[in-house]
Amino acid sequence: MTLAERCRADFPILERRINGNPLVYLDSAASSQKPRQVIDAVRRYYETTHANVHRSIHTLGEEATALLEASRDKVRAFIGAAEREEIIFTRGTTEAINLVAQAIGRTIKPGDEVVVTEMEHHSNLIPWQMLCRDRGAVLKAVPVIGDGFLDLEAFSRLLSSRTRVVAVAHVSNVLGTINPVGEIVKRSRAAGALVLVDGAQAVPHMPVNVEGLGADFYAFSGHKMLGPTGVGVLYGRRAVLETLEPAWGGGEMIKEVWIDHAQWNDLPWRFEPGTPPIAPIVGLGAAVEYLSGVGMEAVASHEQALCRLTLDLLAKNGDVTIYGPRNPEIKGAVVAFNVRGLHPHDVAHLLDQEGIAVRAGHHCAMPLMRRLGVVGTLRASFSVHTTPAEIEHLARSLSNLNLML
Amino acid sequence: MLYSSVISERFRHPRFFGDLVGADAVFEDVNPLCGDRVRIQLRLADGSIADARFKGDSCAICMASADLLAEMARGRAIRDALAWGPDDLLTRLQANIRPSRMNCVTLPLQVMKGALAAVRAAR
Ligand SMILES: Cc1ncc(COP(=O)(O)O)c(C=O)c1O
Repeated sequence: MTLAERCRADFPILERRINGNPLVYLDSAASSQKPRQVIDAVRRYYETTHANVHRSIHTLGEEATALLEASRDKVRAFIGAAEREEIIFTRGTTEAINLVAQAIGRTIKPGDEVVVTEMEHHSNLIPWQMLCRDRGAVLKAVPVIGDGFLDLEAFSRLLSSRTRVVAVAHVSNVLGTINPVGEIVKRSRAAGALVLVDGAQAVPHMPVNVEGLGADFYAFSGHKMLGPTGVGVLYGRRAVLETLEPAWGGGEMIKEVWIDHAQWNDLPWRFEPGTPPIAPIVGLGAAVEYLSGVGMEAVASHEQALCRLTLDLLAKNGDVTIYGPRNPEIKGAVVAFNVRGLHPHDVAHLLDQEGIAVRAGHHCAMPLMRRLGVVGTLRASFSVHTTPAEIEHLARSLSNLNLML
Repeated sequence: MLYSSVISERFRHPRFFGDLVGADAVFEDVNPLCGDRVRIQLRLADGSIADARFKGDSCAICMASADLLAEMARGRAIRDALAWGPDDLLTRLQANIRPSRMNCVTLPLQVMKGALAAVRAAR
């Protein structure tokens, strides 16, 4: 039995029919579907355990706290962080990046520089734009060249003693490019800059070891990795977190409070003000267990094979243009493409008639769309339950499009 | 057929796509959902729209809507054109448009009204 055949039974949503056809869900990069194990963990939590965490001296409160903190330990192990204090729960990648931008923002001076790349998702661009605007700092972008690679020579030229932060995607949500984060960290550190890696498209699809990568911050979302919506993770290197003031204030993030001042709580709670999304965090723990059970090496090679098949089949269609690297070995679990003469939204609408869900549009990466010279693209993306037959169905449907519009 | 024969036909063979020589009102805007851009050019005379053309890189629904709107606008009083709403387009497009695609229908209308407002503001 293949990995997908084993996993499919775990995803109740795959029983749905869309416009009379079986659902072919090729939009996991936007948000993944949930296995029964995750759905059950959330339901069980609400049915048997729910209470507020940390501040309740009763059985349910203690159990809820234990579940939340157990998820933190699972996430720590899953991404290879050294200490549980380095795992901060947020509402998603976007909030994690905003947290860092605001916390670091307090230390940014006019003339300081932030380096991003042309392939960033808006969520790893806009927070830095806002920071630079507010603090009089300068935003610079590493160009995208060739089939969708970062221009590392240009990157080195952008780095200087003024560079304070480098923010880069681990895997592009459009091109699929796996960026050389280790090398980027090395060069950034030599320049004295901190590095934030947007791992939203990496953690769900390949083994990630944050210690090995060496980044100061690493952000990702639960809902893209088979977990619930409303939860994300910010990994922060302890030595760096300790130098930062909290981004936001509220309950839980303090030790002792007077009317005019307060003493901050320890890590990681210092960066987690307010009641956290407890049930989603519990669900994320279950998602991490599920993925660990399948094995991230196995997930990565399964999706690499699907990527290769997609690239091969689409390349046979003369009307299809593919964006991003052609070598699946250096690519995440997404393939972006366009069909000649048809707008991506119309294609997505047509495919939906066949039950096929793909993403169409700018994918929250407008500067990259401009660089590619398109208003938008289609994007097929994969998960553990995706089968070669579904990719073949996509390719077949794409060949018949013109007859349908 | 996915949308309607009106949309299909106007998308494949738009009649009012292109530049308008001697336009007095030009406006363009973007659909935030998809980044599609539509530009409308109008030639005005005596409180009426004498001629209209559109340009843009957009989906079939938006192309058809813009083409239809240009046709509707030609020879009509500005006052009438300002009163048009989405339903005026929808009935003529003869299509069942999903809520997620309504912006594609209405963007050209907003752009045309933007062009007329810009002219009024300039006067
Ligand atoms: C690369 C990348 N970064 C950031 C995000 C934003 O994630 P979220 O919307 O879960 O905060 C996404 C998801 O669309 C993404 O693909």
